[in-house]
Amino acid sequence: MDAILLQILNGLDKGSAYALIALGLTLIFGTLGVVNFAHGALFMIGAFCAVTLQRILNLSFETVDETQTDFLGNPLKVKTPYVEAWFGPEVGGSIIDWAVPLAILFAIPIMIGVGYVMERGLIKHFYKRPHADQILVTFGLAIVLQEVIKYFYGANPIQTPAPDALNGVMNLGALIGMDIIYPVWRVVYFFFAVLIIGGIFSFLQFTTFGMVVRAGMADRETVGLLGINIDRRFTIMFGIAAAVAGLAGVMYTPINSPNYHMGMDFLVLSFVVVVVGGMGSLPGAVLAGFLLGVLESFASMNEIKSLIPGIDQIIIYVVAIIILLTRPRGLMGRKGVMED
Amino acid sequence: MSEFDASRRRVLKTGAIAGAGVALPTIFTASSAAAFTNEPTGGTVTLGFNVPQTGPYADEGADELRAYELAVEHLNGGGDGGMMNTFSSKALQGNGILGKKVEYVTGDTQTKSDAARASAKSMIEKDGAVMITGGSSSGVAIAVQGLCQEAGVIFMAGLTHSNDTTGKDKKANGFRHFFNGYMSGAALAPVLKNLYGSDRTAYHLTADYTWGWTQEESIAAATEALGWNTVNKVRTPLAATDFSSYIAPVLNSGADVLVLNHYGGNMVNSLTNAVQFGLRDKVVNGKNFEIVVPLYSRLMAKGAGANVKGIHGSTNWHWTLQDEGSKAFVKSFGTKYGFPPSQAAHTTYCQTLLYADAVERAGTFNPCGVVEALEGFEFDGLGNGKTLYRAEDHQCFKDVLVVRGKENPTSEFDLLEVVEVTPRAQVEYAPDHPMFAGGNLGACNPGA
Repeated sequence: MDAILLQILNGLDKGSAYALIALGLTLIFGTLGVVNFAHGALFMIGAFCAVTLQRILNLSFETVDETQTDFLGNPLKVKTPYVEAWFGPEVGGSIIDWAVPLAILFAIPIMIGVGYVMERGLIKHFYKRPHADQILVTFGLAIVLQEVIKYFYGANPIQTPAPDALNGVMNLGALIGMDIIYPVWRVVYFFFAVLIIGGIFSFLQFTTFGMVVRAGMADRETVGLLGINIDRRFTIMFGIAAAVAGLAGVMYTPINSPNYHMGMDFLVLSFVVVVVGGMGSLPGAVLAGFLLGVLESFASMNEIKSLIPGIDQIIIYVVAIIILLTRPRGLMGRKGVMED
Repeated sequence: MSEFDASRRRVLKTGAIAGAGVALPTIFTASSAAAFTNEPTGGTVTLGFNVPQTGPYADEGADELRAYELAVEHLNGGGDGGMMNTFSSKALQGNGILGKKVEYVTGDTQTKSDAARASAKSMIEKDGAVMITGGSSSGVAIAVQGLCQEAGVIFMAGLTHSNDTTGKDKKANGFRHFFNGYMSGAALAPVLKNLYGSDRTAYHLTADYTWGWTQEESIAAATEALGWNTVNKVRTPLAATDFSSYIAPVLNSGADVLVLNHYGGNMVNSLTNAVQFGLRDKVVNGKNFEIVVPLYSRLMAKGAGANVKGIHGSTNWHWTLQDEGSKAFVKSFGTKYGFPPSQAAHTTYCQTLLYADAVERAGTFNPCGVVEALEGFEFDGLGNGKTLYRAEDHQCFKDVLVVRGKENPTSEFDLLEVVEVTPRAQVEYAPDHPMFAGGNLGACNPGA
């Protein structure tokens, strides 16, 4: 029983990342009608915002320590971060320790800016082009972005740890008399994802801006005829979708060390999530994200793998095939939506 | 105004002369006069460095390339000579190879077998490379080794740890300086027994490809021979990034040791996930839970950060070694590039010197002469103590290092510490050992 609960938690955690990326993808597809294969790259850029802030906070000056030597036998150059020199070792150390949560504030304007530039500079020129063209150009953009990141940060993963206070494990089963040990940061990630998803839905549901965007998603032409500049709102939604992917990336860095390829690792799975959820359906994307995350975790259990070897490698695609055969519009796709 | 007389006869005549002129060098170099593939005829000889310049192992590839460039510099008489000064063979004089200046071309393996074969083929056919070397993956090494055998050039493998490279997939034209999975197991097992005792239960997570399989087999056999029980061996997809769902079952498996047969990004992520789940703080069967990473790489350990602290594994070479060869190489490499070399850099530098030395001793670039010079060659001074290139399988036999993630690193390079230098005799095995069975070295192929 403990093992099953643990895999559900793992699935919800994986599903959090899938759902956040798929949510952004759906927002862009639903508003602008663009199939954005560069969305995984936005997740990766968000992660590297955390890496960048960590490096900024670790900017150091060097002092020569004559009592120690480096690997070549020369006097050792000791690095002291400016933050520690300015605020003292304790406060400065804490600021560096909390680099990842602080990177949320750092990443939001950067990601909105990246999204804005991407949409205005490139993607808007492909609105009226076939989806195949959009896929090609955004996929190309994703490759360019990841190569740029590799040029500056290298190909190896870069350790970006969670703050010490959130780095251990907690017993989630203590209240129900069970022993379910789970990493604290993964619990934080799950609640962070729920918060972001809730925030996006509330924004779309309870604000005038959101109402206009939803109306535009349903009938762009009519909203435009009412004198509303729907294009500008959709551009802002692109920026918001980029920020959601970026924040998902920032918070993911302590779970797995970021590398330039991480966006591609999530991209295909996230597209499957969007299709399974139903093209253009925001609740569908979230539901499918969590569902596929949980199923993927269960498929990794030894009991399941012993029955069907290799199922962990194909489960998501098997489920996608079954759902699309039985519900061609996906779990929550509606007739007439995104079908023209 | 001049008139151009373009009669059919004249065009044919001119074309025939031009064609013969263009074909002439090819005729001489390709088959009629050459005794073997890409026989160097001018004052230079070209080596082909086939390393991952893109893809997940690009940083290791970059370090390999640095080492190759340093080796070429030393062979041509530049720099401080590095390990040429400590190498027991004194055939190399710093005047190139057989008096020919060493030049090189590079290829990008992308850590994909097909791409690696294509770049090696291009270097052999278009650039005239007489030897191919490099790589950071066993799949790639085995694929390129096969190609070099067919093409009739020597292949000096880079970073490849699968038993199969010099086991069932060994080839007469291929040579491996790097150690292998069996040697990791043989070196690690006694250390693990001393540290953790002989009453242990191990759980393996293994990357699902040739290297992972052979390492799992090697480590499990070595630890079981000491009395350990293996409770489960779970294969994980090579493309996996989040290992949480594979780590979770370990918690209730009864295992008290987790063996991570992962490399590169897989290793960084699986180790990070295992530490996140508190495995290192667990007590199982009355013993502290332990994690073992059989194949360590400093470049990869950096990605796992503090998670490597106290975790044991094995490595081919480490820059902190204090023998004269290692010190000379670290000084040479560190002065040129500003940081210490990785084990990938070390093995590729050694392979270049070993090839050049074999050519000098053989007095020819002919692959069959080189094979004869390398087979059974015993040497010292290249950082691993006394080493043998065994004739039966073209595998180097030398000391193996058992290392541990350092608790208090003093710099960003100071991540591992050498726990034990396992003597060569302890990691040797018979050429017909079952883990290496099934292959056939065959005869050397000079091509042409």
